Amino acid sequence: MTRKQRRLTLILTAGIVIAAAGALVLYGLTDKIVFFNSPSDVAAHHPLPGSRIRLGGLVEVGSVVRDSDAKVSFAVTDNSNKVPVVFVGILPDLFREGQGVVAEGTFETNGVFKAETVLAKHDERYMPKEVADALKKSGQWKGEATTGK
Amino acid sequence: MALVDFANPTRFVALTARVTPWLIALTIALFAVGLYGTALAPDDYQQGATVKIMFIHVPCAWLSMFVYATMAISSLGTLVWRHPLADVAARAGAPLGAAFTFVCLATGSLWGKPMWGTYWVWDARLTSELVLLIMYLGLIALWQTIEDPLKAARAVAVLTLVGVINLPIIKFSVDWWNTLHQPAAVFRMDGPTIDPSMLWPLLVMALAATCLFLTLHLLAMRNEILRRRVRTLRLMEAARPGVGSERSA
Repeated sequence: MTRKQRRLTLILTAGIVIAAAGALVLYGLTDKIVFFNSPSDVAAHHPLPGSRIRLGGLVEVGSVVRDSDAKVSFAVTDNSNKVPVVFVGILPDLFREGQGVVAEGTFETNGVFKAETVLAKHDERYMPKEVADALKKSGQWKGEATTGK
Repeated sequence: MALVDFANPTRFVALTARVTPWLIALTIALFAVGLYGTALAPDDYQQGATVKIMFIHVPCAWLSMFVYATMAISSLGTLVWRHPLADVAARAGAPLGAAFTFVCLATGSLWGKPMWGTYWVWDARLTSELVLLIMYLGLIALWQTIEDPLKAARAVAVLTLVGVINLPIIKFSVDWWNTLHQPAAVFRMDGPTIDPSMLWPLLVMALAATCLFLTLHLLAMRNEILRRRVRTLRLMEAARPGVGSERSA
């Protein structure tokens, strides 16, 4: 083995060890790294009333009710579970039924999620309006599918 | 002339002088086509005209990782082959990579406010890209800290290679964890999810950004070679017997 080969082997070995260590750390921290919890996570873990979490999923179609004085209630769903949400404030422009959202706030004792901020999440499809309309017309449209993982 | 001849710094400087005008012309032409395509590209069905930020944001994001990858390959050149140009290449790339990363973060922030409703969140994609910016700044600082260029080159090369672990984290952060940032739209297993009318200007802009990097990188490498020569000449001058005593007299 020449000195160059020895140095290369050393670097590759160190690289494998570092990659393995990094993978273990990230795997261990998965619960901390995820940005939001889905309605199914909430159903499984029952977060305590008053503890702050981020709830992410799709705004259930037909669930948005706008009160007077900027109060909005809607349901966040991942197509298997759903959580009722209330929010007072200005919603992002992309907020609409069927759209991905991430709401940050706390659960109240009656199981309603009281959001303090609502962020809109969009998926990775970009297209002009005409193409979107044509897809919807021909029935090939797939709804937002990237949230609620 | 074989490829190995360009490893000679003098030949390399001569080569950059010949290639640079062509690269500059190519960069300008690609940006002209890319920006024209960006202006022509239709508005997004959801995001409207805001989607045009993508044509700057995404090429900068790709370049921020591409530049780091080239620095990592240079670091192997420094550590394994002790190549004289390898550290020059890495050092010239670092500020460019930092600039692309910064523009990526800044444009992403400006895009996030109208679409997501926030300038910044600590999700895995945004955080790992910020870590990349800090890595670049840390590497630049480390070069400045160690005075002996050989020692500096080796220390920085080791740190650069350790930082490579961040590249797959950035790329796959949107797949491994749920994030506010959407998953990849172009480089994905089942093909791009972006309409061809928007995809081609994006790819041209990415090519233009790559050519811009190559141009600036070659020029920065040439400057770095000349800077090192000046340093060597100064050291030789200072070491010459009699020079110091003449001055003090």
